[in-house]
Amino acid sequence: MTETNASLLDRAAQAAARSTPEPVARRVRGLSDKGVAWLFIAPTIVLLLAINIFPLIWAIRLSFTNYRANRPNAEVVNVGLDNYRRILTDSDIWFAMQTTAHFVFWTIVLQTLIGFTLAWLIDRKFRGHAFWTTIILVPMMLSPAVVGNFWRFLYEPQIGLFAYVVSFFSGIPPTDIQMLSSVRLAPWAIVIVDTWMWTPYVMLICLAGLRSIPDYIYEAAEVDRASNWRQFWSITLPMALPFIMLAVLFRGIENFKMFDMVNLLTGGGPGSTTEVASITLKREAFEKWRTGFSSAFAIILFVAVFGLANIYVKALNRVKSR
Amino acid sequence: MTAPAAKRSSWPRWARRGPMENIATVIIGLGFLMLFQSFAEILYTYSFVTLLAGTLMFIVVSKFPE
Repeated sequence: MTETNASLLDRAAQAAARSTPEPVARRVRGLSDKGVAWLFIAPTIVLLLAINIFPLIWAIRLSFTNYRANRPNAEVVNVGLDNYRRILTDSDIWFAMQTTAHFVFWTIVLQTLIGFTLAWLIDRKFRGHAFWTTIILVPMMLSPAVVGNFWRFLYEPQIGLFAYVVSFFSGIPPTDIQMLSSVRLAPWAIVIVDTWMWTPYVMLICLAGLRSIPDYIYEAAEVDRASNWRQFWSITLPMALPFIMLAVLFRGIENFKMFDMVNLLTGGGPGSTTEVASITLKREAFEKWRTGFSSAFAIILFVAVFGLANIYVKALNRVKSR
Repeated sequence: MTAPAAKRSSWPRWARRGPMENIATVIIGLGFLMLFQSFAEILYTYSFVTLLAGTLMFIVVSKFPE
């Protein structure tokens, strides 16, 4: 580089340095840039602490007491691990856990299978696929309260469409198809509604995964004369797997907390056949007003979901790094 | 000129992040199955302790060096 060029560059650099304004932070009450950055994110952090962290810590504290929210002036006694001991030896709560597991397992299996199949079909890009994608997504956009009431009418044995359709294909009289009051059918009634509502969500995530697979991989497979079946097992499924796992994680966590749909459809009945953990939790907290006890129950569920999420994120990272 | 040898970590080999995370994952999985199984109430009773131990172990060992 010649000397003239070097001096030109030097002058340009000095001019740029002069025109650069003094950092805003130094002008605003002597704060550093980092200080200003903290000032901007502080409201969000305070809000997060107030909404997420504080209630969690408060619930942990309450779980060791006999506190009852309907008796705020009563003496609060520290009961140690007694609430946890009672929950973990209660056979009714154990049954509620099994009901939850049954519900989570079947909803995830059905939603993943149907959701992935729908995504795979939509990804074929046939005529009108955008229209059908929108139609399929409609249940997901509805409010759970609307869906719950809507399906209660559909499940009505006298006037419900569901009973008539099943009756048409099976020959069983519609009045015998008591989806919400039969001990055998009520759990499946909830599984069907949740699958109907949330399969589009799984489909959407799987579709994103399928669309992210580059075409040249399929073209290379075509050149190698790989069959469609082979392409599916060796390209489509492995490359969409992180997305499928993500969908399963999201749905799994959501379904462990499932409350609204069960409450609207069966309220935990008949008997306690559909009483999932969240319904038991609500009864303990807001019907029996055993706040300390229900806090301990909530902490147990939280640890279960948190532990599962840890395993899942680890598995997801392993799949992604392959 | 030969490249300088990589500095050997003093962290014990058995306590590396990978294997310890695997152990924690197995404990969490076990606790999870114990919590939601329908065979023995005694397993249900000890499920939370197992889950908690696994989860805390996972949080701690995920900070260990690889």
